[in-house]
Amino acid sequence: MQIQSMHFKARAGEKLADQRLQKSLKKLATKFVTGRAAAILELDDFEGTRDAAKDKRMRAIENLDVWLQTFEAEATRRGATVLYAESAADAAQLVVQIAHKHGVRKAIKSKSMVSEEMNLNSALEAAGVQIVETDLGEYILQINDNEPPSHIIAPVIHKDKEQISDLFARVHGRPRLTDIEEMTREAREILRPHFLSADMGITGGNFIIAETGSVAIVTNEGNEGMCTLMPPKVHVAVTGIEKVLPTLEDLATMMRLLPRSATGQSISNYFSLLTGPRASDELDGPEHMYFVLVDAGRSALVGSEFEDMLRCIRCGACMNHCPVYQKIGGHAYGWVYPGPMGSVLTPNYIGVENALDLPQASTLCGECHVVCPVKIPLPDLLRKLRKKQFEGRLRPGLEYAGFAIWSYLAQRPRLYRMATGIAVRALRMMGDSRRMISWLPLARGWTAQRDMPAPPGKTFQQLYRERKASTPP
Amino acid sequence: MRVGLLVTCLIDTMRPEIAFSTIKLLESAGCTVLVPEGQTCCGQPGYSAGDNVTARALAIKFLDEFESFDYIVIPSGSCGGMVRTHYADLFPGDPRLSARLAAITPRVYELTEFLHGVLKLERLPSAQPKAFSGAITYHDSCCGLRELGVRQQPRALLAKVERVTLTEMNDCQACCGFGGTFAVKYGDISSAIVDEKCANIHASGSQAVVLGDLGCMLNIEGRLRRSGDHTTRVLHVAQVLAGDA
Repeated sequence: MQIQSMHFKARAGEKLADQRLQKSLKKLATKFVTGRAAAILELDDFEGTRDAAKDKRMRAIENLDVWLQTFEAEATRRGATVLYAESAADAAQLVVQIAHKHGVRKAIKSKSMVSEEMNLNSALEAAGVQIVETDLGEYILQINDNEPPSHIIAPVIHKDKEQISDLFARVHGRPRLTDIEEMTREAREILRPHFLSADMGITGGNFIIAETGSVAIVTNEGNEGMCTLMPPKVHVAVTGIEKVLPTLEDLATMMRLLPRSATGQSISNYFSLLTGPRASDELDGPEHMYFVLVDAGRSALVGSEFEDMLRCIRCGACMNHCPVYQKIGGHAYGWVYPGPMGSVLTPNYIGVENALDLPQASTLCGECHVVCPVKIPLPDLLRKLRKKQFEGRLRPGLEYAGFAIWSYLAQRPRLYRMATGIAVRALRMMGDSRRMISWLPLARGWTAQRDMPAPPGKTFQQLYRERKASTPP
Repeated sequence: MRVGLLVTCLIDTMRPEIAFSTIKLLESAGCTVLVPEGQTCCGQPGYSAGDNVTARALAIKFLDEFESFDYIVIPSGSCGGMVRTHYADLFPGDPRLSARLAAITPRVYELTEFLHGVLKLERLPSAQPKAFSGAITYHDSCCGLRELGVRQQPRALLAKVERVTLTEMNDCQACCGFGGTFAVKYGDISSAIVDEKCANIHASGSQAVVLGDLGCMLNIEGRLRRSGDHTTRVLHVAQVLAGDA
């Protein structure tokens, strides 16, 4: 995906003004937030499960090399081929090579955010391989001129039904439908021949399991099964190296949390655990199975102050509950991963200097940390990125000047009291008859759409001293 | 008992009357309230911006000024959260400062935590004749709620105020969009978020929104007034409990 994170401010402004998008984003609260709140009550010990999930993920991350070796050995033993890619671009080229090796002309794909990091679709098309997205949301985006997803599990959350009706009528060249079930059936009719004629199926991987060499895939549409078990002779699973889990039991813990945190479902509609290509005594499955495990910045986080981020299970709860994401949607963040998790991942994967706004564009309200199924301290990680920016002289000069003055004064109480005394008098005079300030030169971001309540003109410290002087001991 | 009051920089400058209400509440419960004169700011603005050097200096300043008190009370969830949950992050590899912090932390309270949990306040001081009465709703500020667990304490205390009745608004725990410098850097996003809060306040049918943090207070009041609501009051919980507003 083309990196647009440096244009965050302008794009966020556009999104705020887009009334249609604002209406679409309301679905987050009604569908996901309410759904999750109800679903987590089904677990006897939600907190305990979160702690267990966190521990299991960290056990994998802390010995990532060991678990990947175990995974590779087990997957290889069962007939799969495990390939590693240092960069996202390398990963895309590996998939292209696999396609060429097996004479693939058409590939079908179920949802994968890592493939967005890889720009996989354009790499395959450039190599002469047709690629068809089969997740309904991703399909909608693909036929809309390869629009990027705006959410990691609900890629098309930014669109409403009417927009999709128009798109289907235009691209499919069929009468315009407005009933969701009928529209879905139409998409199935279009996709079915692709499923039957594809040579290769590409999937993501929610987890890979070291002890069995398997990939676990969670969907609600069953398209992952169509991509892997039906005609395709080749299955390529692309995922990040951090997605490894030591055991199937670990997977069971994750599955208690993932659908509930993501969509408020007790369990997803479909769940595939795929191990090796089709064996001689098996009826279905691909002839060849590949794993492309992508680093693309992940190994650099192991042992770093951002290591906690690697245990993310990509449920999307942090963005669903984020007041900022709820207002601007995912596109404004400008790369693959939006919301709080994206604001930590993007600077780490594409460079702090390429995504300066993302760690700043958070109120640090803490709700993302509260809802994270694996307890990633997202606000702390955002603060660490802010510190990195601040110490790396990556903030605007005015910000440094402001903090330098504040820092100097706050450590010198007498000067501080003089300065605040002057400031509150000035602010008081700026207030209108309602005691509201409607324009502040250095805080226009505040006063553009809000007043600043004016102070009474004397600080507490001044008033307190006056009061003490007038009351006899 | 000797209680040190951390006034907080925003109350000191923007709403000094809240500190007087706080003192009134504490004194009415028999506390001796002392206000260290040298106090300025807890350091949170610097910490949130990545200026940990200044934040650390101000954290040490806080220890110097407040460690002699029996209790330290802060009429703000976010400053309380800074001291109780984030100061520890500023003293890595410094066992001496960490030990001093560990010794003071259990004595640091947000105002309503202290009134309800430590003082077990039953009788509120008598209200001023013109004190607010009517329907209120409560906004949970993020740091108080999520860093300190302040939720039922203000509600339990407000239930003792006969002049007011509390109606919960929808999404009372949702962020108001303040976020410190966020409100200035991303003013348009911040305003869109606070609009939700204002709509929920209005929908609750309350004449006043009560809260425990100055940032939220200025943000919500500023947006209400700009959008033409000149009547809904925005009050700090200390003002309502003390009967001063």
